[in-house]
Amino acid sequence: MPDQSTPRPLAQTPAQTVGPFFGYALPYSGGPTVRAPWQPDAIRLHGTVFDGAGDPIPDAIVEIWGADAAGRPSTERGVLERDQHGFSGFGRAAVDRDGHYVFTTIKPGATRDGLAPYLLVTVFARGVLHHLFTRAYFDDEAAANAADPLLSSVDPARRHTLVAVSDAPGSYRFDIRLQGEGETVFLEFAALDPAPERRGEGMRR
Amino acid sequence: MPRPVPQPGESQQVIDAEIAALHRAAHDAAASGAPVPAHPPRDFPPYRSTRLRHPTHELVRADPEEIELVSPAFGHTDVAAEEADLTIQHTGEPLGERIILTGRVLDGEGRPVRNQLVEIWQANASGRYVHKRDQHPAPLDPNFTGVGRMITGDDGSYRLTTIKPGAYPWKNHRNAWRPAHIHFSFFGSAFTQRLITQMYFPGDPLFALDPIYQSISDQGARDRLVATYDHDVSEPEWAIGYRWDVVLTGPKSTPIEPEDADHA
Repeated sequence: MPDQSTPRPLAQTPAQTVGPFFGYALPYSGGPTVRAPWQPDAIRLHGTVFDGAGDPIPDAIVEIWGADAAGRPSTERGVLERDQHGFSGFGRAAVDRDGHYVFTTIKPGATRDGLAPYLLVTVFARGVLHHLFTRAYFDDEAAANAADPLLSSVDPARRHTLVAVSDAPGSYRFDIRLQGEGETVFLEFAALDPAPERRGEGMRR
Repeated sequence: MPRPVPQPGESQQVIDAEIAALHRAAHDAAASGAPVPAHPPRDFPPYRSTRLRHPTHELVRADPEEIELVSPAFGHTDVAAEEADLTIQHTGEPLGERIILTGRVLDGEGRPVRNQLVEIWQANASGRYVHKRDQHPAPLDPNFTGVGRMITGDDGSYRLTTIKPGAYPWKNHRNAWRPAHIHFSFFGSAFTQRLITQMYFPGDPLFALDPIYQSISDQGARDRLVATYDHDVSEPEWAIGYRWDVVLTGPKSTPIEPEDADHA
């Protein structure tokens, strides 16, 4: 019998695909512009979302959420209404017909000592029943990346899929491969205080 | 509008058999004590679009850092109150059955998710989206776009007024029709609570046939995507009312134990 002495968590609402027809709903004016491009600290993060056949996906949507240059999450209100001066940390970009997305944002600082800086990246698409989380680290942070606990825990052969590559001054390329050769490392987040018997296989889906 | 010539494709029976086999396997796993997953598997072959779009590697477990444990700060300036009423966005009244839909957004411990953004999008009463790639030959409604946004209240509640969407065909297999649904996007107080899902209407005869709805093998979990008719939400001479509560995951959430594992 289930243990009645501990409160059971409420049953979660399951995810469903974003479908193909979000294009007039989720993208919004300024969504990819987390930092105005004319700001001196603005960087470009861009890439292509590919499927398991290596074809670009034309109906994906990507979100990023990142700390500021000092490593702090923004608490600035007005995430959807951009004023060109502030920094909300949150961005949303639909891919174009060639599967390509572009954000302007700032390069975040490390959120605490010992971690490398990164942006949290979320991918939604038709055919993706439950969104996928990943992280975009930066290739010009080699020393910090080498010491980062998450990066270090990943199979060395796949680690590069978590690292955005500098391809021009102030520009980083971060391609996302949902499946197949070079498949991006996707993350699931550990419970902070899971019941011991729930560790391991039980959390995997 | 010209009636399109049906395209060849796999029959509904093929899809039904695949769904039934996958459900049997999931129920067998639950009966032997495996936790019932909270979300659909990303690889669900009857939904053909998952084939090339599901990761084949095990997801890598990460400890959430601060950025993952907080959410963007939405302000009431982000959303106008009128955006929660999808029936007043144009000069005329949209066609179809006016509905009021309300509910609460909670975290896994039952606490209200306050001041967070809820976004919705949907087809019109004829089952047509305002989207250039939606080529279903059903009429567009000049008075209905099908997009709404709102911020949850202090009790985690949301409320919207819209038109009941129609079912529509899609090309997953021959004669595939999606049950009527409204797409919802939620933010929680932690970014790891992010959820995009679909709300369905009670009693839809297309449920059993739909591989997206059926991607969830557990009937109880499927039921959590279906709103209930609520006569107290209905308004006289005006609109039919539905209630739908939503529970977001969280960094502290754990999978739900299978309901009947102990009796199997």
